[in-house]
Amino acid sequence: MTAPMPTETTAAMPAIEPLPPLTDDHQLQRRGPVGHVVKIVLLFVFVIFFLLPVILLLLTSFKSLAEADPSRAWQLPKHWTLDAWREAWSQLHGALGNSFKLVIPATIISTVLGSLNGYVLSRWRFPGADLVFTMFLFGMFIPYQAVMIPLGLLFKDVGVDPGLGRLIIAHIVYGIPMTTLIFRNYYATTIPNELIEAARMDGAGMMHTYASVILPASAPAFVVTAIWQFTSIWNDFLFAVFLVTNPDSWPVTVALNNTAGSQVTPFPVQMAGALIASIPTLVVYILLGRYFMRGLMAGALKG
Amino acid sequence: MSASNAQRFDPGFPSSQRTALSRRVVLKGALVGAGVLALPQILGACGDDDEATTTTAAPGTTGGGTGEVTSTELEVFSWWTGGGEAAGLDAMIAIWNSQYPNTKFVNAAVAGGAGSNAKAVLAQRLEANDPPDSFQGHAGAELSDYIKAGQVEELNSYYEEWGLGDVFPSDLVDQITVDGKIYSVPVNIHRANVLWSNPTVVADAGITATPESFDDFIAALDKVKAAGKTPLALAEQWTVKHLMETVMISKLGAEAWAGLWTADGDWSSADVTDALEGFKTLFGYVNSDYASLTWQDAAKRVVDGEAAYNVMGDWADGYFTELEKTPRTDYDWAPVPGTAGVYDWLSDSFTKAKGGKHPDATVAWLKLCSSKEGQDAFNPVKGSIPARKDADTSKYGVYLQSAMEDWKTATLAGSLAHGVVASNAWNTDIDGALGLFLEDKDVAAFQDALLTAHDTYAV
Amino acid sequence: MNRLRRWGPAFLMVLPSIILIGVFVYGLIYWNVRTSLQQQPMPRGPSGTTNYSKLWAERRWVRDLKNLGVFTVVFIVGSLVMGAVMALLLDKGVKGEGFFRSIYLFPMAVSFIAAGIVWRWLLNPSSGLNLIFDKLGLDSLKSQWWQSKSPWGMAAMAMPAMWQMSGYIMALYLAGFRGVPEELREAARMDGAKERQVYRHVVFPELRPVTLSALVILGHISIKVFDLVLAVSGKQGKTETPAVYMWDLIFQASNRPKGATVATLLLVGVAVLVIPYLIYTVRSERKS
Repeated sequence: MTAPMPTETTAAMPAIEPLPPLTDDHQLQRRGPVGHVVKIVLLFVFVIFFLLPVILLLLTSFKSLAEADPSRAWQLPKHWTLDAWREAWSQLHGALGNSFKLVIPATIISTVLGSLNGYVLSRWRFPGADLVFTMFLFGMFIPYQAVMIPLGLLFKDVGVDPGLGRLIIAHIVYGIPMTTLIFRNYYATTIPNELIEAARMDGAGMMHTYASVILPASAPAFVVTAIWQFTSIWNDFLFAVFLVTNPDSWPVTVALNNTAGSQVTPFPVQMAGALIASIPTLVVYILLGRYFMRGLMAGALKG
Repeated sequence: MSASNAQRFDPGFPSSQRTALSRRVVLKGALVGAGVLALPQILGACGDDDEATTTTAAPGTTGGGTGEVTSTELEVFSWWTGGGEAAGLDAMIAIWNSQYPNTKFVNAAVAGGAGSNAKAVLAQRLEANDPPDSFQGHAGAELSDYIKAGQVEELNSYYEEWGLGDVFPSDLVDQITVDGKIYSVPVNIHRANVLWSNPTVVADAGITATPESFDDFIAALDKVKAAGKTPLALAEQWTVKHLMETVMISKLGAEAWAGLWTADGDWSSADVTDALEGFKTLFGYVNSDYASLTWQDAAKRVVDGEAAYNVMGDWADGYFTELEKTPRTDYDWAPVPGTAGVYDWLSDSFTKAKGGKHPDATVAWLKLCSSKEGQDAFNPVKGSIPARKDADTSKYGVYLQSAMEDWKTATLAGSLAHGVVASNAWNTDIDGALGLFLEDKDVAAFQDALLTAHDTYAV
Repeated sequence: MNRLRRWGPAFLMVLPSIILIGVFVYGLIYWNVRTSLQQQPMPRGPSGTTNYSKLWAERRWVRDLKNLGVFTVVFIVGSLVMGAVMALLLDKGVKGEGFFRSIYLFPMAVSFIAAGIVWRWLLNPSSGLNLIFDKLGLDSLKSQWWQSKSPWGMAAMAMPAMWQMSGYIMALYLAGFRGVPEELREAARMDGAKERQVYRHVVFPELRPVTLSALVILGHISIKVFDLVLAVSGKQGKTETPAVYMWDLIFQASNRPKGATVATLLLVGVAVLVIPYLIYTVRSERKS
C-alpha cells in the first residue's frame, strides 16, 4: 500500500509563509483590565465546556463495571483500575493498524485528486467547469445510509473484494467533493493570475504550470485537506461497518463499537476504548494544529 | 457462479440484472480512468484480505450428511461481541478449534443495540450476495423474513440425521417450522417476562407477597411510591416495548396474545384497549429519565436499591452476576404479575445461508450448535437456558436452574420485542406508533396505529 | 480542434473524478429515485408516487422533519455564534492562544461513535451536566435535555454536535478575522470608529464567504445526522430524524422503496438549500 506522490506534500511544506505574530501586546492594552478579566474567564468557560466530556471519559475508564454509573459520573474512582484500559487495548490494537492502512492511502489519494481538480476548476475552466464543480459539491450531501445496498452490489459486480480496498475507494470517492472545494477556493483566491499567465507566456503546458507554479504554493491547502480527510476517514463508522466484512480488516471505529455487547455494555471499557481510538487524530491535531490554522488563514476554505 | 448470479438479484427487480451489467461496464471504465492515480494498487492490495475464500469450493457436501470438512474457513455472523454472550460464543469457538483445527473460525460479530447494526450489515451482505456462511437470527417471524426472501437453506435432513426432533421441545420446533420446513438451529432460550426486584426495597415498602395479578402489581407499585423509591425502573424505547408486551400478555393471556399476530387478530377489541390502558398506568410509576437509560442502567437501579422493580429479559441475571450480586438476596425474580405459567420466550438460532462459500463447514457448525456439548458450553456463560431438553443442569446457576424448571411446564408466548411474533417490518411500524404514543399517551390513537400495522402485515 | 487542444488536457485531468462521482454519487442517486417509485411489498412493481404521498400523510414523518428542523437551526446557529464568539475573544491575542485554540479544536478529532458514548451520560437528566449544575447551585440551568416536553427538546441533541464543530468554526472565523488587512481596520479607527464598530462595519462584512462555506459544511452534517443520534439516545421516537427513520426503513423493515423515498426527499431538500448558494458563489466569482 505504498502511496503515490507523497513527496510533493512534504517537499512543499517549508513554503508556508511566516505569519505575523499572533500576539500583539500593544493591542492587548486597548481593553481595560476588567474587560481583560472577563475575556479570560469566558475563554476558560469554553475550555471547561470542551473538556468536560474528556474528564468523564477519563474518570469512567479507571472504574470497575460496578462503579460505572451515570449517577456517580463525577466521583473519583474508589478503586482505580487499569482493567478497562487493558481490555480495550486488547480489543482495539489490531484495528488501529487497519485504520492506518486505510487512512494513509485514502487521505493521500483524495487530497491529490482534490488538488488536481481544484487547479483545473479554478484555473483551466473548460466549458462546463462550473457545472462540474457544482455537481461535485452536491455529492457531499448524499445520505450515505441510502446508498449502502447499491454500493455493495456495485463493488461486488466490479469484483472488488470485501475488505479495506472497498473502504479506501469509497473514502476517496466521497472525499472528492470536500477536497476539491478546499483546493479550488484556495487556488482561486491565493494564486495571482499573473503568475499563471507568466508561466503560460513562457510556453509552459498545463501540467508544467501545475508542477512549477501551483504545487509549490499549495502546502497550506494540502495541510488543511489532509487533516480534514485524515480525521473524517479515521472517524467514519458507517462505511467501515458495511464495506469491510472481514473482521481482520476492521478499522478501529468498528472495533470500538464492538466493545459493546448487544446485551451487556462494559462502560469503562467503551470509554477507555473511545480515548484510545481518538489518540492518533489528537496527535495529528497537536502536531499539525498550527499548520491547520495557518492553512486556513492562507486562504483554504475561504468561500 | 452464473447460477448464483441469477439468484442474487431481487426477483422483483426485472431490470436490475441488466443495469447491474451496464453498471459494471461503467465502473470498470471508471477504475481504468482512475488508474493514473494508483487505484489498481489498492485493488491488488486488497486481494490478500480474502485469499482463502476463493479457493475453497467444498466438494460434494451440499447434498446432506456432515462428511469431512475440507474448507479452510468458516464465517459466522452474530451480534455477540461483549460480556457473557461473547464469552459463550468463545466457548463454542474453542470446541470448534479442537474439533476442526484446520478450518479457521472467522468470528464476524458486529455489535449493535439488540442487534440493530448487525442486522443492517447482514441485510446489506445478503442483498449483495456476499453472505456469511452462517448467521444468527431470532427464531420465529424475524427468521421468516429471511426464509421468504430465500436467503437461508432448509435443514430438515440434518434434523433427521442428528435426531433433533426428539431433543428440542416440540412446541419450539413448531415455532421454527414454516410449511413443514425447518431453517435454523436454536441454541438457547431466553425468557422476557421476568420481574426483577430488590428484596430489601420491596420489604421496606411493606410488600409482603409477590404480586400475582396486574392489579396486585399496581398496588405494590403504589406502596413503593409512598415509600419514596422508584417503583418501576424503565429504560430506552425498546425496553418500553418489552414492558408493553409483558403487560399485554398479562392482561390478555397467552392464547389471545398469540391470536393477535394471526390474520384474524382483533386489535380493535375492548380487551386490547384495556391492556393498553393498563400499560399507560405504569407510566405513573417509572423513573422520569427512562428514555436516556440503557436497560443496564435501569436494572442496576434495582440491585443498587434505588428502585423496587424492573421488567427485563433473563439476560439481566448475567449482568447481575457480572456485578457480583447474590441471587435471592441482592435481587429476586418472579414472572411478570399475571403471567405465571407463561414463558414469554425468544431464541437465538443459527442458519445455513444460501450461497455460503463453505457449506461443509457450515453443516459441521450447525451440528455443533445443536449438540449437547455445544449448548452446555454456550448457555451457562451466556446466561440462557439450552434449547435441548437433555442439558446438564449442574452446569447452570441458580436462576437458570429455576428457568429450566419453569420451561418444562410453561405455556409458550412469543416475544414481540425480540422478533418471535412479528416480522421486522411489522416491528418497525409498531416502534413508530410507540414513539408517538410516548409523546402524547393517546391510547386511542395508539390502538388505531397498531390496528393499521396488523392489517398491513398480518398474513 | 483548437478548443480541444486548449481544454482537452484540463478535462482529462478531472475526468477520473467526474467518472467516479458520476457512478458513485449520481448513479446511486438514480438507483434511489428509481427504487422510490416502486412498491412494497414484493412482488415489486411500479407504484408511481404513492410512496411519497403516503409518507407525507404519516405523523411519524412530520414529527421527524420537525426534529430535524429544530436540530438544524440550533446546531447551525449555535455553532456559528459560539465559533464567532470564541474567535472574537482570541482575535486580539491572549497569552496562551495556542493552548485555547487546540482545546477548542480537539473535539473534531473525536469520532461521533466515541462522542455519543459520553454525551449519552452528560445529557442524562438525573446525572451528567445536571449533577454539575446542582453542585454549582445553578439549578436554573438544569434541564430534562432532549427528554423535555417542549418541542425544543431536540435542541439538546445539537449540543454534542456543537461541541464537535464549533471549534472548527472558530478556526474559520479566526482565520477570517486575521485575513482582514490591518490597514482597513486602522482606516476605520482613524475615522473615529470604536472597536465594536470596526468589527461591525469593517471586519464582519469581509466574512460573508467564510460564513457561507461554514453553512455548507454544517448543513451537510446536520441533514445526515444519524450516528450521533443513535449513539446518544438509541432508536427512539422522540429524537428520530429522517435519516434515522430511513435507516430503520431500509435495514430493519427491509422496505427499500420507502427508505429510498426518504432519501430522495432529503436530497431534494438539500438541493433547495444548496443550489442557490452554489449559483451565488459561481456568479460572484464571475463578477470579480
